[in-house]
Amino acid sequence: MSASIHVALWQVAASLVLVALAAAISFWQRADLERDILVATGRSIVQLTLVGYAIKLIFDADTIWLVLLLLAVMVFFGAITARHRAAKVPDSFGPLLIALALAGASTLGLVVALGIFDPTPRYLVPVGGMVIGNAMTASAVALNRLGDEMADARARIEATLALGATAREAAAPTVRRALRSGMIALVDSTKTTGLIFFPGTMVGMLLAGASPTDAVRLQLILLYTLLGSVSISALTATLLAYRHFFTPAAQLREL
Amino acid sequence: MRDHAAVLFELREVGVERGGRAVLDSFSASIPEGSTAIVGPSGVGKSTLLRLLNRLADPDRGEIAYRGRSITAYEPLALRREVSLVPQLPALLDGTVESNLRYAAELAREGLDVEATLARAGLDPSFADRDVSQLSVGEQQRAMLARALAQRPTVLLLDEPTSALDHAARDRIEAALAELRREQEVSIVLVSHEPEQARRLGDQVVEMPA
Repeated sequence: MSASIHVALWQVAASLVLVALAAAISFWQRADLERDILVATGRSIVQLTLVGYAIKLIFDADTIWLVLLLLAVMVFFGAITARHRAAKVPDSFGPLLIALALAGASTLGLVVALGIFDPTPRYLVPVGGMVIGNAMTASAVALNRLGDEMADARARIEATLALGATAREAAAPTVRRALRSGMIALVDSTKTTGLIFFPGTMVGMLLAGASPTDAVRLQLILLYTLLGSVSISALTATLLAYRHFFTPAAQLREL
Repeated sequence: MRDHAAVLFELREVGVERGGRAVLDSFSASIPEGSTAIVGPSGVGKSTLLRLLNRLADPDRGEIAYRGRSITAYEPLALRREVSLVPQLPALLDGTVESNLRYAAELAREGLDVEATLARAGLDPSFADRDVSQLSVGEQQRAMLARALAQRPTVLLLDEPTSALDHAARDRIEAALAELRREQEVSIVLVSHEPEQARRLGDQVVEMPA
């Protein structure tokens, strides 16, 4: 799809000047982020280098099983990370794990089945990473909102249960708002893509020397794939997690 | 004295704890059909008691019977449509008063005469199209009562239905409840911290110990 480019280490090192600039602004304005910037820079170097080696290993091995293992690890750690954002939702790990696994499996399965991407490590690893990463963010935001809304709307939910509504009926407006929260960021960024910002894949492809046509087409495919995965993960996570606020007799649990 | 068949709720040694604190401790009472007022100072578990009667909560100890059968033998959702609770704080769904009434009626699979239902709660027909966000607290309380009546319950559980209302609003709600009482189709269990109101609205008064 594109000619590959070589990036020398000195070029990476030179870009650290901008990190120093960020730290200097933080120091000057007493934002107290210098330490975080240092940690973030260090972690990005270590994590991306390790992932780079892992991806090289998987590309060289050229077997689907290693890809599936990598994606499973991403789903697991994604669910652990998202759980911290969903602290007000009881036992959120299970719903998040299922949401990420389902979003990853269904969207990747679909793009392969439709012939959009070949089922090879070169496509599945980067696309899978983006799909699971975005699914994680969406489901974490959705459950974070769900936890807040369930606390705020407690009186209204219980008043609706008092009419003989099921837990699902009583929680429906809350679930709807949580789902919206999980999806809205990507929907909005899809609306403004190309106008206000250039998305990462397109920028990467242009820098790597691909034609603008190819870069735009691939970016569109990825945006639509991500919309699918974000919807599936936010929907699955909220539909599974709201039940944890209710007893089997449709009573609100004391939390 | 009423016979056994007329007993609505029988509570035996009911205990409820929340956060390690006893909210209700070995409470026993018999609540007959008709109108019963439950009185007692704040914090003695009056609201908790009402929530137990339509299974929005379950007791940690003791037994509750409804019409001679354990309350847990009833399907909770069906029980709540028959024994309808109007909570102390209004909590209507977004939309108009009529949309709230329709929601409740559909849950109970009951037909709805909007004007007649509003009238039973002391509201005139113009309230049907009013958005609930535009109502005063007193109007919301009456809309909550109308919503519960839209389900045609046989028992109404009312938690401090006139709290935080001015005299005029309180009188309108009391008049609506007195009319319901006269109709005798609906039994009322009402929680109040005002002994005077309890005497005005209750055929029987149950005092909860401090």
